[in-house]
Amino acid sequence: MMSSKDCGHYVERPVPEDALRIPAGQERSVVKFISGDERFAFALEERSQLSLCIVILPGADASVDIVADMLGEYAEARLSGVYVCRGRQKVELRVQVNHRAACCSSRQLFKGVAAEASNTVFSGRITVAPGADLTEAFQENHNLLLSDTARAETRPQLEIYTDDVACSHGATLGRLDLEEQFYMRSRGIPEEEAKVLQMVSFLAPALSFGGSAPSAEFSEAVEEAVRAL
Amino acid sequence: MNDILLDIKNLHASIGEREILRGVDLQIGRGETHAVMGPNGAGKSTLSAVLAGKPDYRVTEGSVTFCGRDLLAMKPEERAWAGIFLSFQYPVEIPGVTITNFMKAAVNAKRSALGLEALSASEFLKMMKEKMALVQMKGEFAKREVNVGFSGGEKKRNEIFQMAMLEPVLSILDETDSGLDVDALRIVADGVNTLRTPQTSAIIITHYQRLLEYIKPSVVHVLKNGRIVCTAGPELVDRIEQSGYDEF
Repeated sequence: MMSSKDCGHYVERPVPEDALRIPAGQERSVVKFISGDERFAFALEERSQLSLCIVILPGADASVDIVADMLGEYAEARLSGVYVCRGRQKVELRVQVNHRAACCSSRQLFKGVAAEASNTVFSGRITVAPGADLTEAFQENHNLLLSDTARAETRPQLEIYTDDVACSHGATLGRLDLEEQFYMRSRGIPEEEAKVLQMVSFLAPALSFGGSAPSAEFSEAVEEAVRAL
Repeated sequence: MNDILLDIKNLHASIGEREILRGVDLQIGRGETHAVMGPNGAGKSTLSAVLAGKPDYRVTEGSVTFCGRDLLAMKPEERAWAGIFLSFQYPVEIPGVTITNFMKAAVNAKRSALGLEALSASEFLKMMKEKMALVQMKGEFAKREVNVGFSGGEKKRNEIFQMAMLEPVLSILDETDSGLDVDALRIVADGVNTLRTPQTSAIIITHYQRLLEYIKPSVVHVLKNGRIVCTAGPELVDRIEQSGYDEF
């Protein structure tokens, strides 16, 4: 864990003017299919809650910005996303979470599957300002590559200017596990179906990250997309 | 003579550059239970891996016929549909996939391959309940992710449960007794014995004779240095218990 002494000088970035304010004590939940360019900016007042889940499916390139500013104490943000890409599709996700007040918590889970020659980039920056004590900020980005030409980049960034916090980031890049596949096939599950099961169960936690089960529309769309890869 | 379910002739198999099976000959008749015993490194796990169709293993010579069909030409899932079941020594975990969904996919895939309709939700649930009771598996396991966080004994019980669900013609139990305590051993053995019929056969691959006290084989083979070096009746088990594998 980094201490405030390691980070250099804190530079306060302004809260975006277009940020959607979540008033004190209120909740906001957004689940959305994304295609093309999209930007989300939220400013959370004290004790407010945000749950955001984005889903990117094979098709057009996508470039997404997500900014969450924790302005008041005890605000909570859960940000998640699923991206399934193929062909020469390019997907870029840029997430910024700024903890400006104490006792807030933010959690991120973004999971992607890159097939064929698709290319994904995830950049996630967490900033914890001086005085934002007792912050909890966690970020995870996990990627599956289905071919030798698929690419996934993950760029986590932590800027922490106070000591009394719990922050972490984790990222993985991997392939579908062959032992799991063989086990399933030895029970009669055909190879393609085994891969679909693996991918659906890999992505599922990101769809239900907001705390409730995803709607059928989203989980079926993701399964269909994965099946078609 | 019984009809021959499995006929292995002069099987040679390698992993990488290393030849592990060096001419295995083995015949399993319908309704028979065979034990294949041998020291470590003999090729026991290689034999079960080759029969199940595990990638990484190359067959360089020989043939394997199952119910008259060329087994080596079949994909792993095709072998399962034909009625072969391998109970793994070290079953892998499959996070995110529940036992229920796993078994539903497997059972219905087999039915589809045999030209049968998929089971309805209630038919399937009924089957799950019945088979879980048979192997004394607690109901809550249905919602658990496959093998995730399972103890060694729980994993083995899950293997036998899958065997009960898939109703194979030939079951291959790979060192099933490693990592089991005596109570779990009994449950595994009871499950296997309950599932045994005059139409089905089993190969029990084991280093120790413990499991064979509960599942009695009619034929015992010794596999050493990649070959079957001795085939006899159950009395061979005691001989091995007393003097080990050196004499073979």
